Amino acid sequence: MRRRLVSDAPRPEVTDPLRGAAQALHWQLGHRGYIMLQRRTHPSFVRYIDKSREYYAAHGYDKPYAWAHYADVPFCGLSKPLAESRIGLVTTADRAPREQGRDARLYAEPVERSEPLYTEMFWDRDATHTDDPESFLPRASMARQRDAGRIGSLSPRFYGLPTDYSQRRTLEHDAPRIEAWMREDGVEAAVLVAL
Amino acid sequence: MVIGSARDIVEECGVARFLFVDFPLGNPCGKPWDRGMQDAIASAALDLLERAYVPRTTIQRPEIWNPSDDLGWRDNFMRVDYSNRAALARAGQARRRAQAAAKAGQSDG
Repeated sequence: MRRRLVSDAPRPEVTDPLRGAAQALHWQLGHRGYIMLQRRTHPSFVRYIDKSREYYAAHGYDKPYAWAHYADVPFCGLSKPLAESRIGLVTTADRAPREQGRDARLYAEPVERSEPLYTEMFWDRDATHTDDPESFLPRASMARQRDAGRIGSLSPRFYGLPTDYSQRRTLEHDAPRIEAWMREDGVEAAVLVAL
Repeated sequence: MVIGSARDIVEECGVARFLFVDFPLGNPCGKPWDRGMQDAIASAALDLLERAYVPRTTIQRPEIWNPSDDLGWRDNFMRVDYSNRAALARAGQARRRAQAAAKAGQSDG
């Protein structure tokens, strides 16, 4: 049986992600007096690629979905300090029910828009819900970060890239459209939250 | 950068920076209505944005969805076992029949 072992003590906030491992070790030593080795036969995170392939195979679909994979991944550092940078938020949620045509699905909306977002696609309906939009699109959290001076500004619009199973459409049509909107708005770094 | 809860899917694709929150799909920015947790995750995302210096940097958040049973939701999601295999096969057949009927209806119309 797999078992997740949890310390009795609250885990300290990791303030520096690159020192996170050292802090976690310190926490375990400090509260337990020894390093807690966990042995596992399975990875702790859920393997969605395996799960979904087996799930659809059990439904009789014999051609599994082929997930995107890149051997090389580009990287770009911030061009100026975070406290001077404009951040744009991207969501995979829809702004309207799904029956509308696909071209109408991409959107850029004012960040203070209060109408509900629609989350009809792939998520765990048994374990949770999406009634709190802040749980999948951190507009208010990022506004508080801005008010605290952590980021320069939040883009006046957020961007919708609703879930689509076509990688070709995502790459050739959707991504350039979202990028163009971000450039219009002077966005310098994008935070994409995948639902 | 990406915030998400499907570690294998995002890492297979490969992104510059990935903040991994080990929760059921649907709430990668924190538990619903938990503003303290949501602010901590947003802040961690900005840390990662600022400090990562190579692509494929993944940081895992320490939050645990359900400290008293953190396996149940993992096992339950898209579960396939002896108890539901026949039902899933029937559901798949019914869906394919419905799709075929809809397609035939369209071409007739």
